[in-house]
Amino acid sequence: MKKLFDQERVVGAALMVFSITALVILLLIMLFILDGGLPLFNKVSVSDFLLGDKWVPAKGLFGASQFIVAALLVTFGAILLSVPLGISCAVFLAEIAPGWAKRIVRPAIELLAGIPSIIYGVFALIIIVSLVRVTFNVATGETILAASIVLAIMILPIIISISQDSIESVPRLYKEGSYALGATDWQTIHRVLVPAAGPGIVAGIILAMGRAIGETMAVVLVIGNVEKMPAGLLDPGETLTSAILLEMGEAVVKSTHYNALFCLGLVPFILVLFMSVLSSRLTTKNKARFA
Amino acid sequence: MKAVSVFLVLGLVLFSGCAGKDSADLVIAGSTTVQPIVTRAAEVYSKEHPDTSIGVEGGGSGTGIRMVGEGSVAVGASSRELSSEEKRAHPDLTVNTIAIDCIAIVVNPSNNLSNSSLSLAEVRDIFSGKITNYKELGGPDRRIVLVEREDGSGTRSMFESMVMNNTDVSDAALQKPASGAIRFTVSGNENAIGYLGIGYLDGSIKPIAVNGVLPSEESVRAKSYPLSRDLYLITKGKPSGLAGEFIDYLLSDAGQDIVKEEGFIRLE
Amino acid sequence: MLSKNADRLAKIWLWLSALVIILVLLSVLGYVFINGIGAISVSFLLDMPQNNWREGGIYPAIVGSLIVVFVALAFAAPVGVGTAMYLTEFRTEGLVTRIIRTSSDALNAVPSIVFGLFGLSLFVFYLGDYTGGPSLLSAGLTLGFMILPTIIRTSEVAMRNVPYAERMESFGMGASKLQTIRNIVLPGAVPGIATGLILSIGRAVGETAPIIFMVALNPTIPKSLFGSGNTLTTQLYYLSMEGISMKVAFGTALTLMLVILTLNAITRVFKKRLSRNLRRC
Repeated sequence: MKKLFDQERVVGAALMVFSITALVILLLIMLFILDGGLPLFNKVSVSDFLLGDKWVPAKGLFGASQFIVAALLVTFGAILLSVPLGISCAVFLAEIAPGWAKRIVRPAIELLAGIPSIIYGVFALIIIVSLVRVTFNVATGETILAASIVLAIMILPIIISISQDSIESVPRLYKEGSYALGATDWQTIHRVLVPAAGPGIVAGIILAMGRAIGETMAVVLVIGNVEKMPAGLLDPGETLTSAILLEMGEAVVKSTHYNALFCLGLVPFILVLFMSVLSSRLTTKNKARFA
Repeated sequence: MKAVSVFLVLGLVLFSGCAGKDSADLVIAGSTTVQPIVTRAAEVYSKEHPDTSIGVEGGGSGTGIRMVGEGSVAVGASSRELSSEEKRAHPDLTVNTIAIDCIAIVVNPSNNLSNSSLSLAEVRDIFSGKITNYKELGGPDRRIVLVEREDGSGTRSMFESMVMNNTDVSDAALQKPASGAIRFTVSGNENAIGYLGIGYLDGSIKPIAVNGVLPSEESVRAKSYPLSRDLYLITKGKPSGLAGEFIDYLLSDAGQDIVKEEGFIRLE
Repeated sequence: MLSKNADRLAKIWLWLSALVIILVLLSVLGYVFINGIGAISVSFLLDMPQNNWREGGIYPAIVGSLIVVFVALAFAAPVGVGTAMYLTEFRTEGLVTRIIRTSSDALNAVPSIVFGLFGLSLFVFYLGDYTGGPSLLSAGLTLGFMILPTIIRTSEVAMRNVPYAERMESFGMGASKLQTIRNIVLPGAVPGIATGLILSIGRAVGETAPIIFMVALNPTIPKSLFGSGNTLTTQLYYLSMEGISMKVAFGTALTLMLVILTLNAITRVFKKRLSRNLRRC
């Protein structure tokens, strides 16, 4: 008996080492990104970096506000486009879809989630960019809107699956009560089910926002990459992530430019961590409500 | 238990891989502009010398210079000269010129600007954002869409030093990570104007004459076309061993033929 | 009846929303298929590239992708499954499990380009002497870090789905905890774990940004993990960016797409088995 007990402790200890790996990696990422980025602030002040809007590495100008604004605009546009469609589709799947329709739509959404971002990028580079240019008659289709459209497609699966889960977790009693009061299907859906599932849906939207801010490949190919403060969705822009991708290869390693690119990475990193925590808080709260 | 044995096998395979430090006998990393020449030359060279293998990595001029400086690769490819910062960090680097590149100012074939000639000052005014509409150049009333390379690009720094003359390129310019991407954008947008290496010229875009001269091998050699630069392979000290042989090969007639086939200009 | 009409309209809208999503999927798939089908053939997959990728095949990219995914799994599968086992079998819910789960969730949220910066500074510059710099090993490990949370999460769910009663039964027959894990928990969780692994393979195969600074357009077959190579995704990026050959680029895109479709089909088979198993219990 003694021996078995020991074996169990050994395995337990080994697994414990395994299980702190995720934490160790997370801390290492923070350490290395900070180590790569912080030297920038010996040369440029934090406010010049966050509020400045001139990015000219050759002249030591590292203002990144236009990248931050572009990233937020792109994300905002993507959410605006995908939320109505995503929630509708989630309601469809959770409430009214017959079996055969579910068997088509569910795998389609899974596949949509599995397509690599670079393929979305190449698709958008040719199809969506020309679509935007022709539709809005702008000088170039490489705009924030084009990036928003491709991101909207990419985050749809997240919004749909999380919204569907939250709608399905609304207790049956709510629905039956609504029908008993003589409400139609639609009234039940938009007055009872969707509001009851609200916090869960919001958690899904926040998660999707995080994904959108962090996405690189699909965005860099279609957004035009202009280092100017964008004035609207039909302007080209450059996001934090696309600036890193474009300039990292050519930057002189460990130079101020290199440091600045790490700082550009720090911004979405912090934003996304914050959103992830917020989203999981909401999800737990939502579950607790119906439990 | 099965799972455990699978992982053991995985581990063994991983370790067997550790035997050799690097797969290729010679690794060349750096500039994406130089990459087509080096890749093609490596392909042909390895065919002639079946026992050697040459690996080519991108990463950009900055990465290439840093890696050769630190000794992690034998040869770095660069489309720009060493910065003073880089010279200070790695004083023992040798710069070997292997080809000449020339920058063409290009527009969409449907853009009738392609039939006219611009002065360097006009090119500068276009790219600095002083001229924003084709009607200012006698063309139709259409907004000019500028297309340039990303910060740190060798092609861009060459364009800036040769054309821009201390004025900044307008921050309204679209930035592309590669010459091919510039060609793609310009060929798909009749409002676009961009610049790229002469090796990327094809039927989908048209070069503009600068000071009345179109970019070509002859005009670059005659020094009548103003925008040309050298391309480099960088080594630590004098090139020796396989690196030296490969650079010699590139400088030979056969090597320079590859330079020409890839659309660049031979050294004379 | 106004509400009846509203009801009908709303339902039409809900059906339409699903239809739009199907159409979007079909247009992306169709676009890649139509443009790529002309390039793809057995020799395209198994030949070396020629003349700077303008002709020949994409064999080195396929080998590179396989190696990178293999390295990623070799790291993340044992660590991920081990973590899940620790969470479900060795720990009661508490501060420790919360910390582990939160850091796994946070890791999952880290943007892919940040993994790229991290991989570059850790594996290429800091540990370059051991990893061979921008090598397939560096790229694979970076991807391994990235897919770890997916494996942890899916394995944990799979192990939790093994009914508690079966564990109790095993303990009741005098089995130790390790024997129970080996004979009851792991076999019951295999379909779920496998689904998670395949999901992560798909993610690792399809990612570009984390490895873009480590993997280049290399025309040679990598001889070891410490050498450089290229992968399907980075090759697709470089080929379309450099405008070298759109035909080969689309061929690469279609190859990548077919890999993803195949993995997706395999997952579906596993999931069916999984739900059948659950029904049996």
